[in-house]
Amino acid sequence: MIRDAFGLIYAGEQVMQMRELVEFRAVGAVPIGGRYRVIDFPLSNFMNSGIRTVGIIANRNYNSLMDHLSSGKAWDLSRKDDGLFFLTPFANKETGAYKNIIEALRGSMDFIRRAKAEYCILTNSHMIYNSTYDDMMRFHVDSGADITMLYNKASLESYRGERFKDVRLKIDKTGRITDLVTAPESTNLDTAGMETLILRKDILIYLTEECAARGETSFAHDFIRGNLDRLKMMGFEYTGYVGRMHSVAAYYRANMDLIDPHLQKTMFQGQNRIYTKVKDEVPAKYIGDSRVKNSLVANGCIIEGEVENSMLFRGAYIGKGVTIKNCILLPNTEVNDNSELEYVILDKNVGVRSRTRLIGNEEFPVVIRKGARV
Amino acid sequence: MYRKKRTVAMLLAGGQGSRLGVLTKHRAKPAVTFGGKYRVIDFPLSNCVRSGIDTVGVLTQYQPLELNTYIGTGSPWDLDTVTGGAFVLPPYVKGKSGKWYSGTADAIYQNMYFIDQFDPEILLVLSGDHIYKMNYNWMIHNHLDNGADATIAVLRVPLEEASRFGIMNTNRNMRITEFEEKPEHPKNDLASMGVYAFKWPVIKDYLIRDNADPESDNDFGKNVIPAMLAGKQKLFAYEYKGYWKDVGTIRSLWDANMELLLDRPPLNLYDDPWRIYSRNPNEPPHYIAENATVKNSIITEGCRIYGTVEGSVLSSGVVVEKGAVVKDSIIMAGTLIAEGGRVEMSVVDEEVVIGKRSHVGELPEKGAGKIAVVGKRAKVQAGATVPAGEQVDADATVSKARKGGEPK
Repeated sequence: MIRDAFGLIYAGEQVMQMRELVEFRAVGAVPIGGRYRVIDFPLSNFMNSGIRTVGIIANRNYNSLMDHLSSGKAWDLSRKDDGLFFLTPFANKETGAYKNIIEALRGSMDFIRRAKAEYCILTNSHMIYNSTYDDMMRFHVDSGADITMLYNKASLESYRGERFKDVRLKIDKTGRITDLVTAPESTNLDTAGMETLILRKDILIYLTEECAARGETSFAHDFIRGNLDRLKMMGFEYTGYVGRMHSVAAYYRANMDLIDPHLQKTMFQGQNRIYTKVKDEVPAKYIGDSRVKNSLVANGCIIEGEVENSMLFRGAYIGKGVTIKNCILLPNTEVNDNSELEYVILDKNVGVRSRTRLIGNEEFPVVIRKGARV
Repeated sequence: MYRKKRTVAMLLAGGQGSRLGVLTKHRAKPAVTFGGKYRVIDFPLSNCVRSGIDTVGVLTQYQPLELNTYIGTGSPWDLDTVTGGAFVLPPYVKGKSGKWYSGTADAIYQNMYFIDQFDPEILLVLSGDHIYKMNYNWMIHNHLDNGADATIAVLRVPLEEASRFGIMNTNRNMRITEFEEKPEHPKNDLASMGVYAFKWPVIKDYLIRDNADPESDNDFGKNVIPAMLAGKQKLFAYEYKGYWKDVGTIRSLWDANMELLLDRPPLNLYDDPWRIYSRNPNEPPHYIAENATVKNSIITEGCRIYGTVEGSVLSSGVVVEKGAVVKDSIIMAGTLIAEGGRVEMSVVDEEVVIGKRSHVGELPEKGAGKIAVVGKRAKVQAGATVPAGEQVDADATVSKARKGGEPK
């Protein structure tokens, strides 16, 4: 358990390739895994590490994020002292929204300075993994690092051309980071940064102010790479599953991965749970000739048709004669009788009329935007 | 200093429900699982909150541990409020004289000081034993309109069954003229639901008198209501017309669960403005494997189904392994049905292990419709049999050898 650290989640990422899914919401608020939101993962990781103070830097479209987090109670972050802090851009600045992480950190300086802990664990809101930061923290202290960055092994192939924000670390034999490249065309580096780092609060403040004073705007290039020589930056490997919400295809793939019962077990049913805000839904109901294979089904679903290799969030209605294959149905969708859906992502509250055919493919799943009637 | 409340609800949750056998060995009846994810007490608690009553005393006595843990601060029902809340009220020692709750009326009597803190106009006494969705406000309005001292919620039951209930004989205006507890020859079909609204100052007086009477059983139905009638108080019946179920026996519990599997169940749990709250476990959605078959069933989060499930209600975290079959059964949270195990027409409690190739219960046609029951944390070992209608005690182990000459 880590007591002397506070968490900071940068939830202002602009992930354009998530397309319709982030049109009305921050990427952290995108539903994933049949009942969660992406931001549940970093929040639960903090919770499972014993961290009681978490700041969330929101930037744009954060309505649904606020709605989801509310008081932070679901993550035990509704506390007398400490707890959850929602950090939004100040309107009296020249700009309405932060343009980059440096600016966002600067705008959150009040919170950072006031936080009582010595260390900060800074992370993002578009990656899913289930881990405490205990080992990383021990490594950070034992190795005498100024900054420790989390990474995992991921080949370039696994990105299939979506290298948005892909950061590769060059690490020497001692574990020290010697170089850092962003979105390389080709590389033999399999060390993919996870945009999660541990550093002392005073270093965070100092480097942020320094970057800002120089008008530097790139977190990876200026904040990290620009200080590789004078600070000891270490890499810490995470060996578990990591899902990166870089694009619709990556999002689709991560959800399909999560259907696998083995991954389910390690991600959701082990010692460290992923917590989320829970709605009071009725258990799922199977009626008549329903046929379901290799799928995840949340509470509140009513199934009368066929479902295969799919993920159904809460409250989905699958009518008679419907076939759903390789699909992701976000909360409260309705697919009426005799429709056929394959490689489709239905966003929240989508209704599909009877006898409708929607067919996408694995690389380009059809995405139906929130609330649409098809 | 508490704020004054118009209505305080007292929920009687201390009953054993002895007819539920092994299911209530380690828990009170209100803590029994229903419909996959609910506990019986979720219904009256949700009704309170939905009716705008935010001060609820929960009177526990029999095996309160599971119930106390379940209720906690009351937050699952939004009862962790600033001025009200859910208060678990077990019997306690007072000077040298502390004693158990000797009856329903005594339970309220012993908590008079608790109720007085809120200085309520109306005391609502509820039973924690029934499944129903009721807006208590309509009853309270009725109570106030009548200027009643007590209003008793009633429902119409078939006359031939009326002798199982407390029956109200009323005049044309629904004023109660006579109350008969389980009458042999019922004159009316209005049965008490165990839901009462009282004028607090009036009932307080009767409770004090009832307590002073050494002959009294300290029961509302048996003693207090007849005393109020004898005292010429104004008692009215309020007819409730919605769904109401007493799940007091294994059979009625099983029936009520199976009713939920109908295309249009009489109990609508999807009713948004009257959604039933409960403590939600933190589990992922349930998983149905490639070769699994799930038909006409209710499955809760966290289940993993590799075998066959038909006509059954599964609570959270139940695992049905490959080749295992669950038919016409209720399986409670965290139970494992191992490879090749068969569970038919049974009620299986929480955290039970049904071993490989073991056989629990029989389908109605073979087992004459008798329901097998397996208690909490029991182990049915590989190859063992639990015959139709048999009850396995909580924490017991059923070995293959035990089968003996019992029917397969």
